[in-house]
Amino acid sequence: MNNKRQTLWNHLLATPYVLWMAAFIVIPLFFILYYGLTDADGRLTLSGLAQITNPVNQKALWLSLELSLVSTVICLLLAYPLAMILRSLQMNSTSFIVLIFILPMWMNFLLRTLAWQTLLDKTGVLNTFLTGVGLPPQNLINTPAAIILGMVYNFLPFMVLPIYNVLIKIDRNVENAARDLGANGFQTFLKIILPLSLPGVISGITMVFVPALTTFVISDILGGAKILLIGNVIEQEFQILNWHSGSGLSLVLMVFILISMFVMSKYDKEAEGTAIW
Amino acid sequence: MVKKGVQAAKYFYIALIFIFLYAPIVTLVVLSFNASKSRAVWGGFSFRWYAALFQNSEIISALSNTLVIAFTSALVATLIGTMACVAMNRMKKLPRTLMMGVSNIPMLNADIVTGISLMLLFIALHFSLGFVSVLLAHITFNIPYVVLSVMPKLKQTNRSTYEAALDLGATNLYAFRKVILPDIFPGVLSGFLLAFTMSLDDFVITHFTKGPGVDTLSTKIYSEVRKGIKPEMYALSTLLFLSVLILLVIVNRRSDKTAKQ
Repeated sequence: MNNKRQTLWNHLLATPYVLWMAAFIVIPLFFILYYGLTDADGRLTLSGLAQITNPVNQKALWLSLELSLVSTVICLLLAYPLAMILRSLQMNSTSFIVLIFILPMWMNFLLRTLAWQTLLDKTGVLNTFLTGVGLPPQNLINTPAAIILGMVYNFLPFMVLPIYNVLIKIDRNVENAARDLGANGFQTFLKIILPLSLPGVISGITMVFVPALTTFVISDILGGAKILLIGNVIEQEFQILNWHSGSGLSLVLMVFILISMFVMSKYDKEAEGTAIW
Repeated sequence: MVKKGVQAAKYFYIALIFIFLYAPIVTLVVLSFNASKSRAVWGGFSFRWYAALFQNSEIISALSNTLVIAFTSALVATLIGTMACVAMNRMKKLPRTLMMGVSNIPMLNADIVTGISLMLLFIALHFSLGFVSVLLAHITFNIPYVVLSVMPKLKQTNRSTYEAALDLGATNLYAFRKVILPDIFPGVLSGFLLAFTMSLDDFVITHFTKGPGVDTLSTKIYSEVRKGIKPEMYALSTLLFLSVLILLVIVNRRSDKTAKQ
Protein backbone atom coordinates (compact mmCIF):
# COMPACT_ATOMS: atom_id res chain seq x y z
CA MET A 1 0.00 0.00 0.00
CA ASN A 2 2.63 2.44 1.11
CA ASN A 3 4.87 1.44 -1.77
CA LYS A 4 2.08 1.88 -4.28
CA ARG A 5 1.39 5.38 -3.03
CA GLN A 6 5.10 6.10 -3.18
CA THR A 7 5.25 5.10 -6.83
CA LEU A 8 2.20 7.19 -7.64
CA TRP A 9 3.75 10.19 -5.88
CA ASN A 10 6.92 9.63 -7.86
CA HIS A 11 5.08 9.56 -11.17
CA LEU A 12 3.27 12.72 -10.20
CA LEU A 13 6.54 14.51 -9.53
CA ALA A 14 8.15 13.36 -12.76
CA THR A 15 5.18 14.04 -15.04
CA PRO A 16 5.67 17.79 -15.67
CA TYR A 17 9.34 17.22 -16.50
CA VAL A 18 8.67 14.29 -18.83
CA LEU A 19 5.88 16.09 -20.66
CA TRP A 20 7.88 19.31 -20.94
CA MET A 21 11.03 17.67 -22.21
CA ALA A 22 9.07 15.54 -24.69
CA ALA A 23 7.18 18.53 -26.04
CA PHE A 24 10.03 21.06 -26.18
CA ILE A 25 13.19 18.99 -26.60
CA VAL A 26 12.44 15.66 -28.28
CA ILE A 27 9.55 16.49 -30.61
CA PRO A 28 11.17 19.71 -31.95
CA LEU A 29 14.21 17.70 -33.02
CA PHE A 30 11.93 15.58 -35.20
CA PHE A 31 10.74 18.77 -36.86
CA ILE A 32 14.29 19.50 -37.97
CA LEU A 33 14.52 15.94 -39.25
CA TYR A 34 11.22 16.36 -41.12
CA TYR A 35 12.09 19.69 -42.72
CA GLY A 36 15.62 18.59 -43.51
CA LEU A 37 14.45 15.55 -45.43
CA THR A 38 11.49 16.99 -47.31
CA ASP A 39 10.84 19.72 -49.87
CA ALA A 40 8.22 22.47 -49.94
CA ASP A 41 5.56 20.00 -51.15
CA GLY A 42 6.29 17.58 -48.32
CA ARG A 43 8.01 15.03 -50.57
CA LEU A 44 10.97 13.09 -49.29
CA THR A 45 14.20 14.48 -50.74
CA LEU A 46 17.89 14.70 -50.02
CA SER A 47 18.26 18.17 -51.53
CA GLY A 48 18.27 19.79 -48.08
CA LEU A 49 21.20 17.64 -46.99
CA ALA A 50 22.86 18.13 -50.38
CA GLN A 51 23.13 21.85 -49.64
CA ILE A 52 26.39 20.99 -47.94
CA THR A 53 27.97 20.11 -51.31
CA ASN A 54 27.48 23.72 -52.40
CA PRO A 55 31.05 25.13 -52.49
CA VAL A 56 30.20 28.17 -50.35
CA ASN A 57 28.59 26.04 -47.65
CA GLN A 58 31.37 23.50 -47.80
CA LYS A 59 33.98 26.19 -47.37
CA ALA A 60 32.03 27.53 -44.40
CA LEU A 61 31.88 24.09 -42.79
CA TRP A 62 35.61 23.46 -43.21
CA LEU A 63 36.45 26.90 -41.88
CA SER A 64 34.15 26.33 -38.88
CA LEU A 65 35.79 22.99 -38.16
CA GLU A 66 39.24 24.53 -38.48
CA LEU A 67 38.58 27.56 -36.28
CA SER A 68 36.67 25.60 -33.61
CA LEU A 69 39.42 22.98 -33.44
CA VAL A 70 42.12 25.62 -33.05
CA SER A 71 40.17 27.46 -30.36
CA THR A 72 39.44 24.21 -28.52
CA VAL A 73 43.16 23.41 -28.44
CA ILE A 74 44.04 26.93 -27.25
CA CYS A 75 41.34 26.73 -24.56
CA LEU A 76 42.73 23.40 -23.37
CA LEU A 77 46.29 24.74 -23.27
CA LEU A 78 45.18 27.78 -21.27
CA ALA A 79 42.68 26.02 -19.02
CA TYR A 80 44.65 22.98 -17.87
CA PRO A 81 47.47 24.93 -16.19
CA LEU A 82 44.89 27.29 -14.71
CA ALA A 83 42.92 24.40 -13.23
CA MET A 84 46.14 22.86 -11.86
CA ILE A 85 47.14 26.18 -10.28
CA LEU A 86 43.70 26.65 -8.72
CA ARG A 87 43.92 23.16 -7.30
CA SER A 88 47.38 23.71 -5.85
CA LEU A 89 46.46 27.06 -4.28
CA GLN A 90 43.45 25.49 -2.54
CA MET A 91 41.68 28.79 -2.45
CA ASN A 92 37.97 29.16 -1.85
CA SER A 93 36.84 27.74 -5.15
CA THR A 94 33.20 28.89 -5.18
CA SER A 95 33.89 32.59 -5.07
CA PHE A 96 36.59 32.28 -7.69
CA ILE A 97 34.38 30.27 -10.01
CA VAL A 98 31.60 32.81 -9.66
CA LEU A 99 34.08 35.52 -10.53
CA ILE A 100 35.44 33.74 -13.56
CA PHE A 101 32.24 32.20 -14.86
CA ILE A 102 29.02 33.73 -13.55
CA LEU A 103 29.83 37.39 -13.06
CA PRO A 104 30.97 38.20 -16.63
CA MET A 105 27.65 36.82 -17.88
CA TRP A 106 25.86 39.75 -16.28
CA MET A 107 27.54 41.89 -18.91
CA ASN A 108 25.74 40.85 -22.08
CA PHE A 109 27.62 38.33 -24.22
CA LEU A 110 27.10 40.37 -27.39
CA LEU A 111 28.42 43.51 -25.74
CA ARG A 112 31.45 41.71 -24.38
CA THR A 113 32.24 40.41 -27.85
CA LEU A 114 31.65 43.89 -29.29
CA ALA A 115 34.11 45.27 -26.77
CA TRP A 116 36.80 43.19 -28.47
CA GLN A 117 36.06 45.20 -31.61
CA THR A 118 37.07 48.33 -29.72
CA LEU A 119 40.18 46.60 -28.43
CA LEU A 120 41.25 45.10 -31.77
CA ASP A 121 40.24 47.88 -34.17
CA LYS A 122 42.74 49.48 -36.55
CA THR A 123 42.72 52.54 -34.30
CA GLY A 124 41.75 50.48 -31.27
CA VAL A 125 43.26 50.16 -27.83
CA LEU A 126 45.70 47.39 -28.71
CA ASN A 127 47.04 49.10 -31.84
CA THR A 128 47.36 52.43 -30.01
CA PHE A 129 49.45 50.60 -27.45
CA LEU A 130 51.57 48.92 -30.15
CA THR A 131 52.32 52.16 -31.98
CA GLY A 132 52.93 53.81 -28.63
CA VAL A 133 55.80 51.45 -27.87
CA GLY A 134 57.14 51.81 -31.41
CA LEU A 135 55.78 48.64 -32.99
CA PRO A 136 53.90 48.58 -36.30
CA PRO A 137 50.08 48.39 -35.96
CA GLN A 138 48.57 45.02 -36.72
CA ASN A 139 45.55 44.17 -38.80
CA LEU A 140 43.59 42.30 -36.15
CA ILE A 141 39.88 42.84 -36.62
CA ASN A 142 37.88 40.96 -39.28
CA THR A 143 40.41 38.15 -39.52
CA PRO A 144 40.01 34.45 -38.66
CA ALA A 145 42.40 35.11 -35.76
CA ALA A 146 39.96 37.61 -34.28
CA ILE A 147 37.20 35.00 -34.47
CA ILE A 148 39.42 32.48 -32.71
CA LEU A 149 40.12 35.02 -30.01
CA GLY A 150 36.40 35.62 -29.60
CA MET A 151 35.77 31.88 -29.31
CA VAL A 152 38.53 31.37 -26.76
CA TYR A 153 37.31 34.36 -24.77
CA ASN A 154 33.68 33.22 -24.69
CA PHE A 155 34.19 29.52 -24.11
CA LEU A 156 37.30 29.34 -21.90
CA PRO A 157 35.22 29.01 -18.69
CA PHE A 158 33.52 25.93 -20.16
CA MET A 159 36.94 24.29 -20.37
CA VAL A 160 38.25 25.43 -16.99
CA LEU A 161 35.27 24.23 -14.95
CA PRO A 162 35.03 20.55 -15.91
CA ILE A 163 38.81 20.11 -15.64
CA TYR A 164 38.92 21.86 -12.28
CA ASN A 165 35.97 19.83 -10.98
CA VAL A 166 37.72 16.58 -11.82
CA LEU A 167 41.13 17.70 -10.53
CA ILE A 168 39.90 18.65 -7.05
CA LYS A 169 38.34 15.22 -6.65
CA ILE A 170 41.68 13.44 -7.14
CA ASP A 171 42.81 12.09 -3.78
CA ARG A 172 46.05 13.73 -2.62
CA ASN A 173 47.11 10.36 -1.19
CA VAL A 174 47.23 8.82 -4.65
CA GLU A 175 49.66 11.53 -5.64
CA ASN A 176 51.70 11.10 -2.46
CA ALA A 177 51.85 7.37 -3.00
CA ALA A 178 53.35 7.89 -6.45
CA ARG A 179 55.94 10.27 -5.00
CA ASP A 180 56.76 7.79 -2.22
CA LEU A 181 57.27 5.09 -4.79
CA GLY A 182 59.93 7.24 -6.44
CA ALA A 183 58.12 9.06 -9.23
CA ASN A 184 59.22 12.63 -9.79
CA GLY A 185 56.78 15.49 -10.23
CA PHE A 186 56.57 15.14 -13.98
CA GLN A 187 56.08 11.37 -13.87
CA THR A 188 53.36 11.74 -11.25
CA PHE A 189 51.58 14.19 -13.49
CA LEU A 190 51.91 12.03 -16.57
CA LYS A 191 50.97 8.72 -14.97
CA ILE A 192 48.52 9.77 -12.26
CA ILE A 193 47.01 13.23 -12.64
CA LEU A 194 46.60 13.35 -16.40
CA PRO A 195 44.83 9.98 -16.82
CA LEU A 196 42.55 10.67 -13.86
CA SER A 197 41.62 14.10 -15.20
CA LEU A 198 40.77 12.80 -18.67
CA PRO A 199 36.96 12.76 -18.14
CA GLY A 200 37.08 16.47 -17.31
CA VAL A 201 39.26 17.19 -20.34
CA ILE A 202 36.90 15.30 -22.66
CA SER A 203 33.84 17.05 -21.31
CA GLY A 204 35.62 20.39 -21.55
CA ILE A 205 36.52 19.70 -25.16
CA THR A 206 32.92 18.97 -26.15
CA MET A 207 31.64 21.95 -24.19
CA VAL A 208 33.97 24.27 -26.12
CA PHE A 209 33.98 22.54 -29.50
CA VAL A 210 30.21 22.38 -30.06
CA PRO A 211 29.38 26.03 -29.36
CA ALA A 212 32.50 27.17 -31.26
CA LEU A 213 31.57 25.03 -34.26
CA THR A 214 28.03 26.36 -34.40
CA THR A 215 28.40 30.03 -33.49
CA PHE A 216 27.24 32.72 -35.87
CA VAL A 217 27.40 35.70 -33.54
CA ILE A 218 31.14 35.75 -32.91
CA SER A 219 31.96 35.49 -36.62
CA ASP A 220 29.35 38.15 -37.34
CA ILE A 221 30.85 40.65 -34.90
CA LEU A 222 34.58 39.93 -35.08
CA GLY A 223 34.72 38.63 -38.66
CA GLY A 224 33.00 41.72 -40.06
CA ALA A 225 30.34 39.61 -41.86
CA LYS A 226 32.95 38.81 -44.49
CA ILE A 227 33.90 35.45 -43.01
CA LEU A 228 31.09 32.90 -43.18
CA LEU A 229 30.92 30.03 -40.74
CA ILE A 230 28.42 27.21 -41.01
CA GLY A 231 26.32 28.86 -38.29
CA ASN A 232 26.08 32.05 -40.38
CA VAL A 233 24.98 30.03 -43.41
CA ILE A 234 22.21 28.30 -41.46
CA GLU A 235 21.09 31.55 -39.84
CA GLN A 236 20.87 33.22 -43.26
CA GLU A 237 18.84 30.34 -44.69
CA PHE A 238 16.29 30.86 -41.92
CA GLN A 239 16.39 34.64 -42.40
CA ILE A 240 15.16 34.14 -45.97
CA LEU A 241 12.64 31.54 -44.71
CA ASN A 242 14.38 28.71 -46.52
CA TRP A 243 13.53 26.18 -43.81
CA HIS A 244 14.26 23.04 -45.80
CA SER A 245 17.84 23.98 -46.71
CA GLY A 246 18.43 25.39 -43.23
CA SER A 247 17.17 22.22 -41.58
CA GLY A 248 19.18 20.06 -43.98
CA LEU A 249 22.35 21.92 -43.04
CA SER A 250 21.43 21.69 -39.35
CA LEU A 251 21.18 17.92 -39.75
CA VAL A 252 24.68 17.83 -41.22
CA LEU A 253 25.87 19.92 -38.27
CA MET A 254 24.15 17.58 -35.84
CA VAL A 255 26.22 14.68 -37.13
CA PHE A 256 29.30 16.42 -35.73
CA ILE A 257 27.49 17.26 -32.49
CA LEU A 258 26.37 13.64 -32.12
CA ILE A 259 29.92 12.41 -32.63
CA SER A 260 31.18 14.63 -29.82
CA MET A 261 28.24 13.66 -27.57
CA PHE A 262 29.01 10.00 -28.18
CA VAL A 263 32.68 10.47 -27.32
CA MET A 264 31.69 12.35 -24.18
CA SER A 265 29.14 9.79 -22.99
CA LYS A 266 31.84 7.12 -23.17
CA TYR A 267 34.00 9.03 -20.73
CA ASP A 268 31.55 10.88 -18.60
CA LYS A 269 28.90 8.42 -17.50
CA GLU A 270 27.16 10.53 -14.89
CA ALA A 271 27.82 13.86 -16.61
CA GLU A 272 29.21 15.12 -13.34
CA GLY A 273 32.11 16.83 -15.07
CA THR A 274 29.68 19.45 -16.28
CA ALA A 275 28.41 20.30 -12.81
CA ILE A 276 29.07 23.90 -12.00
CA TRP A 277 28.56 24.42 -8.30
CA MET B 1 63.43 30.83 -2.75
CA VAL B 2 62.53 28.66 -5.76
CA LYS B 3 59.21 27.91 -4.11
CA LYS B 4 58.48 31.60 -3.80
CA GLY B 5 59.22 32.06 -7.50
CA VAL B 6 56.85 29.25 -8.45
CA GLN B 7 54.15 30.76 -6.27
CA ALA B 8 54.62 34.16 -7.90
CA ALA B 9 54.45 32.59 -11.36
CA LYS B 10 51.16 30.94 -10.45
CA TYR B 11 49.58 34.21 -9.36
CA PHE B 12 50.97 35.88 -12.45
CA TYR B 13 49.27 33.31 -14.68
CA ILE B 14 45.95 33.74 -12.87
CA ALA B 15 46.30 37.51 -13.24
CA LEU B 16 46.87 37.17 -16.99
CA ILE B 17 43.73 35.05 -17.42
CA PHE B 18 41.81 37.58 -15.34
CA ILE B 19 42.96 40.46 -17.52
CA PHE B 20 41.94 38.48 -20.59
CA LEU B 21 38.46 37.78 -19.20
CA TYR B 22 37.85 41.23 -17.79
CA ALA B 23 39.46 43.49 -20.43
CA PRO B 24 36.24 43.72 -22.48
CA ILE B 25 34.22 44.37 -19.35
CA VAL B 26 36.49 47.22 -18.31
CA THR B 27 36.28 48.55 -21.88
CA LEU B 28 32.49 48.65 -21.69
CA VAL B 29 32.52 50.37 -18.31
CA VAL B 30 34.93 53.00 -19.68
CA LEU B 31 32.76 53.48 -22.79
CA SER B 32 29.70 54.09 -20.63
CA PHE B 33 31.40 57.22 -19.24
CA ASN B 34 32.59 58.41 -22.64
CA ALA B 35 30.99 61.73 -23.58
CA SER B 36 31.57 61.02 -27.27
CA LYS B 37 29.10 58.80 -29.10
CA SER B 38 31.89 57.09 -31.06
CA ARG B 39 33.60 54.05 -29.64
CA ALA B 40 36.93 55.10 -31.13
CA VAL B 41 37.18 58.57 -29.61
CA TRP B 42 37.44 59.54 -25.95
CA GLY B 43 35.37 62.69 -25.52
CA GLY B 44 35.88 63.18 -21.82
CA PHE B 45 34.16 61.87 -18.70
CA SER B 46 30.39 62.20 -18.59
CA PHE B 47 27.25 60.78 -17.02
CA ARG B 48 25.12 61.77 -20.02
CA TRP B 49 24.36 58.17 -21.12
CA TYR B 50 23.17 57.28 -17.65
CA ALA B 51 20.74 60.18 -17.75
CA ALA B 52 19.67 59.30 -21.31
CA LEU B 53 19.17 55.66 -20.35
CA PHE B 54 16.07 56.32 -18.25
CA GLN B 55 14.52 58.35 -21.06
CA ASN B 56 15.01 55.58 -23.60
CA SER B 57 11.74 53.65 -23.47
CA GLU B 58 12.91 50.99 -25.95
CA ILE B 59 15.84 49.97 -23.78
CA ILE B 60 13.75 50.07 -20.62
CA SER B 61 11.11 47.83 -22.17
CA ALA B 62 13.79 45.40 -23.42
CA LEU B 63 15.24 45.37 -19.91
CA SER B 64 11.88 44.64 -18.33
CA ASN B 65 11.23 41.83 -20.86
CA THR B 66 14.65 40.36 -20.10
CA LEU B 67 14.17 40.44 -16.34
CA VAL B 68 10.59 39.11 -16.41
CA ILE B 69 11.57 36.27 -18.73
CA ALA B 70 14.69 35.44 -16.70
CA PHE B 71 12.82 35.43 -13.39
CA THR B 72 9.74 33.52 -14.58
CA SER B 73 11.67 30.96 -16.59
CA ALA B 74 14.12 30.35 -13.75
CA LEU B 75 11.26 29.95 -11.26
CA VAL B 76 9.26 27.50 -13.40
CA ALA B 77 12.41 25.59 -14.37
CA THR B 78 13.42 25.32 -10.70
CA LEU B 79 10.02 23.92 -9.80
CA ILE B 80 9.85 21.38 -12.63
CA GLY B 81 13.53 20.46 -12.34
CA THR B 82 13.54 19.97 -8.57
CA MET B 83 10.39 17.84 -8.68
CA ALA B 84 11.93 15.71 -11.40
CA CYS B 85 15.16 15.29 -9.41
CA VAL B 86 13.29 14.07 -6.33
CA ALA B 87 11.44 11.55 -8.50
CA MET B 88 14.56 10.49 -10.40
CA ASN B 89 16.48 9.92 -7.21
CA ARG B 90 14.02 7.18 -6.24
CA MET B 91 13.78 5.60 -9.67
CA LYS B 92 15.39 2.47 -10.99
CA LYS B 93 18.55 2.92 -12.99
CA LEU B 94 17.13 2.69 -16.51
CA PRO B 95 14.37 5.30 -16.33
CA ARG B 96 16.72 7.55 -14.39
CA THR B 97 19.46 7.31 -17.01
CA LEU B 98 16.88 7.99 -19.71
CA MET B 99 15.57 11.09 -17.97
CA MET B 100 19.07 12.40 -17.26
CA GLY B 101 19.99 11.74 -20.89
CA VAL B 102 17.11 13.90 -22.15
CA SER B 103 18.16 16.70 -19.82
CA ASN B 104 21.65 16.57 -21.32
CA ILE B 105 20.40 17.13 -24.88
CA PRO B 106 19.94 20.92 -24.72
CA MET B 107 23.20 21.28 -22.76
CA LEU B 108 25.27 19.43 -25.32
CA ASN B 109 23.32 20.38 -28.41
CA ALA B 110 24.15 23.59 -30.24
CA ASP B 111 22.04 26.60 -29.27
CA ILE B 112 21.32 27.28 -32.92
CA VAL B 113 19.82 23.80 -33.36
CA THR B 114 17.75 24.07 -30.15
CA GLY B 115 16.52 27.50 -31.22
CA ILE B 116 15.62 26.42 -34.74
CA SER B 117 13.88 23.25 -33.55
CA LEU B 118 11.72 25.24 -31.11
CA MET B 119 10.92 27.80 -33.80
CA LEU B 120 9.80 25.04 -36.19
CA LEU B 121 7.61 23.56 -33.42
CA PHE B 122 5.93 26.87 -32.64
CA ILE B 123 5.32 27.61 -36.31
CA ALA B 124 3.94 24.11 -36.97
CA LEU B 125 1.50 24.54 -34.08
CA HIS B 126 0.52 28.01 -35.39
CA PHE B 127 1.68 29.39 -32.09
CA SER B 128 2.55 33.03 -32.69
CA LEU B 129 6.18 33.90 -31.97
CA GLY B 130 6.45 36.51 -29.24
CA PHE B 131 6.92 36.95 -25.54
CA VAL B 132 5.32 33.61 -24.57
CA SER B 133 7.29 31.54 -27.08
CA VAL B 134 10.55 33.05 -25.79
CA LEU B 135 9.47 32.31 -22.22
CA LEU B 136 8.67 28.66 -23.07
CA ALA B 137 12.03 28.30 -24.82
CA HIS B 138 13.89 29.75 -21.84
CA ILE B 139 12.14 27.41 -19.39
CA THR B 140 13.18 24.55 -21.66
CA PHE B 141 16.89 25.31 -21.71
CA ASN B 142 16.89 26.29 -18.02
CA ILE B 143 15.51 22.99 -16.68
CA PRO B 144 18.78 21.07 -17.29
CA TYR B 145 20.79 23.65 -15.32
CA VAL B 146 18.48 23.14 -12.34
CA VAL B 147 18.73 19.35 -12.63
CA LEU B 148 22.50 19.69 -12.79
CA SER B 149 22.63 21.73 -9.58
CA VAL B 150 20.04 19.81 -7.55
CA MET B 151 20.90 16.22 -8.46
CA PRO B 152 24.35 16.08 -6.77
CA LYS B 153 22.92 17.52 -3.54
CA LEU B 154 20.07 15.03 -3.59
CA LYS B 155 22.47 12.14 -4.00
CA GLN B 156 24.22 13.22 -0.79
CA THR B 157 21.01 13.12 1.26
CA ASN B 158 20.27 10.15 3.42
CA ARG B 159 17.27 8.18 2.20
CA SER B 160 16.60 6.62 5.58
CA THR B 161 15.75 9.91 7.30
CA TYR B 162 13.03 10.52 4.74
CA GLU B 163 11.67 7.00 5.17
CA ALA B 164 11.82 7.39 8.93
CA ALA B 165 9.72 10.53 8.64
CA LEU B 166 7.18 8.64 6.56
CA ASP B 167 7.13 5.76 9.07
CA LEU B 168 6.49 8.23 11.86
CA GLY B 169 3.38 9.38 10.07
CA ALA B 170 4.56 12.37 8.03
CA THR B 171 2.85 12.87 4.70
CA ASN B 172 5.01 12.92 1.58
CA LEU B 173 4.76 16.66 1.26
CA TYR B 174 5.52 17.27 4.93
CA ALA B 175 8.49 14.91 4.89
CA PHE B 176 9.79 16.59 1.74
CA ARG B 177 9.47 20.04 3.27
CA LYS B 178 11.00 19.16 6.62
CA VAL B 179 13.60 16.56 5.69
CA ILE B 180 14.69 16.76 2.05
CA LEU B 181 14.27 20.42 1.19
CA PRO B 182 16.59 21.81 3.89
CA ASP B 183 19.33 19.46 2.66
CA ILE B 184 19.03 20.27 -1.01
CA PHE B 185 18.16 23.95 -0.65
CA PRO B 186 21.65 25.27 -1.56
CA GLY B 187 21.46 23.24 -4.78
CA VAL B 188 17.97 24.53 -5.55
CA LEU B 189 19.07 28.11 -4.97
CA SER B 190 22.18 27.82 -7.09
CA GLY B 191 20.12 26.12 -9.79
CA PHE B 192 17.71 29.05 -9.77
CA LEU B 193 20.51 31.62 -9.91
CA LEU B 194 22.31 29.76 -12.68
CA ALA B 195 19.09 29.47 -14.69
CA PHE B 196 18.42 33.18 -14.17
CA THR B 197 21.91 34.10 -15.36
CA MET B 198 21.74 31.77 -18.37
CA SER B 199 18.41 33.21 -19.41
CA LEU B 200 19.73 36.73 -19.01
CA ASP B 201 22.75 36.07 -21.21
CA ASP B 202 21.00 34.05 -23.91
CA PHE B 203 20.91 35.42 -27.39
CA VAL B 204 20.74 32.60 -29.94
CA ILE B 205 17.62 30.78 -28.73
CA THR B 206 15.78 34.07 -28.14
CA HIS B 207 16.76 35.22 -31.62
CA PHE B 208 15.00 32.26 -33.24
CA THR B 209 11.94 32.05 -30.98
CA LYS B 210 11.05 35.74 -30.75
CA GLY B 211 8.62 37.54 -33.00
CA PRO B 212 8.70 41.08 -34.34
CA GLY B 213 8.06 43.76 -31.76
CA VAL B 214 9.35 41.79 -28.79
CA ASP B 215 12.93 42.40 -27.76
CA THR B 216 15.18 41.34 -24.94
CA LEU B 217 18.41 43.20 -24.28
CA SER B 218 20.35 40.64 -26.33
CA THR B 219 18.20 40.88 -29.42
CA LYS B 220 18.05 44.66 -29.08
CA ILE B 221 21.83 44.83 -29.02
CA TYR B 222 22.11 42.48 -31.99
CA SER B 223 19.77 44.63 -34.07
CA GLU B 224 21.96 47.62 -33.24
CA VAL B 225 25.28 45.98 -34.10
CA ARG B 226 25.23 47.13 -37.72
CA LYS B 227 23.98 50.67 -37.20
CA GLY B 228 26.00 51.22 -34.05
CA ILE B 229 25.23 50.50 -30.41
CA LYS B 230 23.52 53.26 -28.47
CA PRO B 231 25.88 54.23 -25.62
CA GLU B 232 22.94 53.99 -23.19
CA MET B 233 23.36 50.25 -23.55
CA TYR B 234 26.88 50.46 -22.07
CA ALA B 235 25.50 52.47 -19.17
CA LEU B 236 22.80 49.88 -18.53
CA SER B 237 25.23 46.95 -18.63
CA THR B 238 27.57 48.76 -16.28
CA LEU B 239 24.74 49.31 -13.83
CA LEU B 240 23.66 45.65 -14.05
CA PHE B 241 27.19 44.40 -13.65
CA LEU B 242 28.02 46.66 -10.72
CA SER B 243 24.80 45.82 -8.86
CA VAL B 244 25.53 42.10 -9.10
CA LEU B 245 29.13 42.70 -8.05
CA ILE B 246 28.02 44.66 -4.98
CA LEU B 247 25.41 42.01 -4.16
CA LEU B 248 28.07 39.30 -4.32
CA VAL B 249 30.43 41.22 -2.06
CA ILE B 250 27.66 41.70 0.53
CA VAL B 251 26.67 38.02 0.42
CA ASN B 252 30.31 36.98 0.76
CA ARG B 253 30.86 39.34 3.72
CA ARG B 254 27.74 37.96 5.41
CA SER B 255 28.72 34.33 4.96
CA ASP B 256 32.25 35.14 6.17
CA LYS B 257 30.82 36.68 9.32
CA THR B 258 28.50 33.75 10.02
CA ALA B 259 31.38 31.37 9.39
CA LYS B 260 33.47 33.20 12.00
CA GLN B 261 30.69 33.13 14.56
